[in-house]
Amino acid sequence: MTITETERIKVLVAKLGLDGHDRGAKVVARALRDSGFEVIYTGIRQTPEQVIEAAIQEDVDVIGVSILSGAHMTLMKRLMELLREYGAEDIPVFLGGTIPIPDIEPIKRMGVREVFLPGTSLKEIVEMVRQAGLERRKRRGW
Amino acid sequence: MDHTRLIEKALKGDRLATGRLLTIVERDPRGASVVLESLPDREGYHVIGITGIAGSGKSTLLSRLLTHYADRGYRCAVVAIDPSSAYSRGALLGDRIRMQMHATNPNIFIRSVSTRGLKGGLSFAGVAMVDVFGRLGYDKVFIESIGVGQADVDIMRIADTIVVVTVPGLGDDIQALKAGVMEIGDVYVINKVDKDREGANKTMEYLLFAIEAGELGHKGWRPRIVKTSAVLDEGIDELIEAIEEHYKYLVETGGYGAGRERRREILVRLLAEKMLIDALDNIEIEPGKDLYQEALELLRRVTAQYIDMSGADRPSR
Repeated sequence: MTITETERIKVLVAKLGLDGHDRGAKVVARALRDSGFEVIYTGIRQTPEQVIEAAIQEDVDVIGVSILSGAHMTLMKRLMELLREYGAEDIPVFLGGTIPIPDIEPIKRMGVREVFLPGTSLKEIVEMVRQAGLERRKRRGW
Repeated sequence: MDHTRLIEKALKGDRLATGRLLTIVERDPRGASVVLESLPDREGYHVIGITGIAGSGKSTLLSRLLTHYADRGYRCAVVAIDPSSAYSRGALLGDRIRMQMHATNPNIFIRSVSTRGLKGGLSFAGVAMVDVFGRLGYDKVFIESIGVGQADVDIMRIADTIVVVTVPGLGDDIQALKAGVMEIGDVYVINKVDKDREGANKTMEYLLFAIEAGELGHKGWRPRIVKTSAVLDEGIDELIEAIEEHYKYLVETGGYGAGRERRREILVRLLAEKMLIDALDNIEIEPGKDLYQEALELLRRVTAQYIDMSGADRPSR
């Protein structure tokens, strides 16, 4: 197989909660696509249940969540719980958005791999997502 | 990876296992052949292709169909095909956005597939996924395609019932109906009628004329035409009625069995192609030999039993 074919990483980009600010999510989705990822975008105002269901039906390698509403603590807690309930905790989760610095550590303790704040370069995001996706692929034996 | 366990779980309706099984089918042709062999065959599932011009509202219409079919107690699966970029080979699979409201419905399963920019034609993954869904117990398996070109016509060959979606205001020119996806429908949908009721009637007339003139429809089936507004949830029951009528027609005339055989044949051909190409991609070239030599050697070895290639590409002695 060619390199691009095996590396094709599938990413779910999700807007979680009552939050219609989707420019950031779309910019990231587009950057990932342009870097060769397969990107599935859920659209806005998703519940944690909808996001996890989409992730397992599509069997994505990475979940990227965008929240700008301030409800990240509650929503991410539920999302990570569900991920474990479904037995899909092998899927790495990233969070991006307006997250206060003191909240970052507690969110990471929930199992979120990295939190991207406003101003993070797209290059950095793409690289971290690629790394996480490749690792999951390897564990799954692809 | 333990395929047997995944298959057992997926047959019981486990969605995580189903998702992972589909990935095997998508990424690994050998694994796919094992999965297809191990899954029990099943009769009666109905493959419905949704195609038509870009922007005609296929995904929204399909979303409505899912609601109505699920309400009637059917288990529904969707294989949504989206193009991948010719430049980055990445893809933004967007069909799901319009169907995401069904994500948590236990009787609906949606999976997106990119065309992977390979040959642009029929992808093994798409066809195999349809088969897997059918065998896993889904009653209605929808395949939604991008709606352009010959690749689309090819994909639709695996469907029992083909639904072609158009919108009012187009199709003034009867020539537009004569080639490509517009001529393959078993059911024609004029969607977005809320936007232009008069235009919808006109399009209806053109379609009717084409059917009367014998330009549309084949094998004794007279295509149905349905006017819908997916956004307003209008005409969906009529559409389901038309689709079910066609299914009944297929079952009664033996067309269903023939379609199933056709699907299997297409699947086997695509699998053979994919396995062979993968084998070629994995060739290790020994020093002193070139890819051309090695590739031909491999092809000869694989096909030796069935095809006499002794004379091919070898200088006569």
